Amino acid sequence: MTLDFDVIQRSLPYLWKGFQYTVQLTGTAALGGLFFGTLLALARLSAVKFLAYVAAGYVNLMRSIPLILVIFWFFFLVPLVVQGISGAERPPQMGAERTAIITFIMFEAAYFCEIMRAGIQSIPKGQVYAAYALGLTYAQSMRLVILPQAFRNMIPVLLTQLIILFQDTSLVYVISATDFVGAAAKVAQRDGRLVEMYLFVALVYSVICFTVSQMVKRLQSRIAIVH
Amino acid sequence: MNYHWNWGVFFQEIPGGGEYYWELMVAGIGWTLAVSACAWVIALALGSVIGTIRTTTNPWLVLLAKTWVEVFRNIPLLVQMFLWYFVAPELIPPLKRWVIQVDPGTAQFLAAIVCLGLFTSARIAEQVRAGIQSLSTGQRYAGMALGLTPTQVYRHVLLPMAFRIVIPPLTSESMNLIKNSSIALTIGLAELTFRAREMGEYTFNFFEAFTAATLIYIVIAMTANRVMATIERKTAVPGFIAGGSR
Repeated sequence: MTLDFDVIQRSLPYLWKGFQYTVQLTGTAALGGLFFGTLLALARLSAVKFLAYVAAGYVNLMRSIPLILVIFWFFFLVPLVVQGISGAERPPQMGAERTAIITFIMFEAAYFCEIMRAGIQSIPKGQVYAAYALGLTYAQSMRLVILPQAFRNMIPVLLTQLIILFQDTSLVYVISATDFVGAAAKVAQRDGRLVEMYLFVALVYSVICFTVSQMVKRLQSRIAIVH
Repeated sequence: MNYHWNWGVFFQEIPGGGEYYWELMVAGIGWTLAVSACAWVIALALGSVIGTIRTTTNPWLVLLAKTWVEVFRNIPLLVQMFLWYFVAPELIPPLKRWVIQVDPGTAQFLAAIVCLGLFTSARIAEQVRAGIQSLSTGQRYAGMALGLTPTQVYRHVLLPMAFRIVIPPLTSESMNLIKNSSIALTIGLAELTFRAREMGEYTFNFFEAFTAATLIYIVIAMTANRVMATIERKTAVPGFIAGGSR
């Protein structure tokens, strides 16, 4: 068979648009997931038993089913929820790209929750007592004392999760969203150039992920807090 | 929300099939379990070998093992699935001739277990390596002092302990593998998630189908967890914390 790598150059603008969406999805999901994940972690560690149970239930549910199934769930669920909130007559057309962003924020929140929980628990209890002794409220002690340290301790793990998330966003392919893989797959099928396109995609991902993971490794040895 | 729940849909007949929808789901469970089990065997076998190689002193072997881990870890599983199913036959002519002859289901199944097996092997390799490296160097030296060859040191001293240590991370890896097997739906393998979506498309009862699939995945994950916990308890070496209760 003959390989025609020219197809990559021809479709580069389209692939670039897909890649931008992948980056946008990864970034939004990471920030949103970190925000809600931290809230979930606080809920899991809360003294209010009900909150702790609900948060634990949500996290365990998300972590025990495949991401693809979660994507399908939200793909059909989100329009109905939006319709319920807005009171519209029929479910709105959400588009796969927008649904995917909501899905990944909700899904990643469960994973970031576990990371932040470990981070919070890595802070000695004395710090909480010290914060309370200074007269800080719960919110203040979390925001000013505990979370900044927990976050710092967990930076390498958070970045590793970011790499996993970057790879996982490719699964939006199943709802036909045009991310980097989606764009490549569409060109591949249109031009009958599956070999070239998929090899190219694999190369791009492996270069990016390898580079970032090496950077994380170096960072890890640099920011390790000496006890 | 405007959604009409109808749990009876599982006992409706599939149009023109003479089968019921619950049978569709059960067939899906079968494929999910078959793919996961076969991939797990490949992953454990290769992962143990690669992980062990990384702790040896031969620089070429170590490099090989490192490359193996990096390659499978840095490409999205979905793309790896496409590489095995669409690209590999194009690059290997004898494989292509074979793929054209066989039933598509067989080709999908093989691509899926090779893909998931190799992907998971890289992750297991890292855990086996960590397990071996967590043992004190004294164990290796003690083995050598007894006059064992390097192979014997691994076989009788290091690996038996290392494998016990890595059982908990292996448990979560096994559960990841079961979840990851759903990615095989992208190459057309009719596993559980595939069947749930298919049933949703036929009946428009998406949420019943997804609920059923969700519950089944939870049951499978819990069962796998229990099985691994039993293995951990049965193989525990008295006096060591690793391989304790639970």
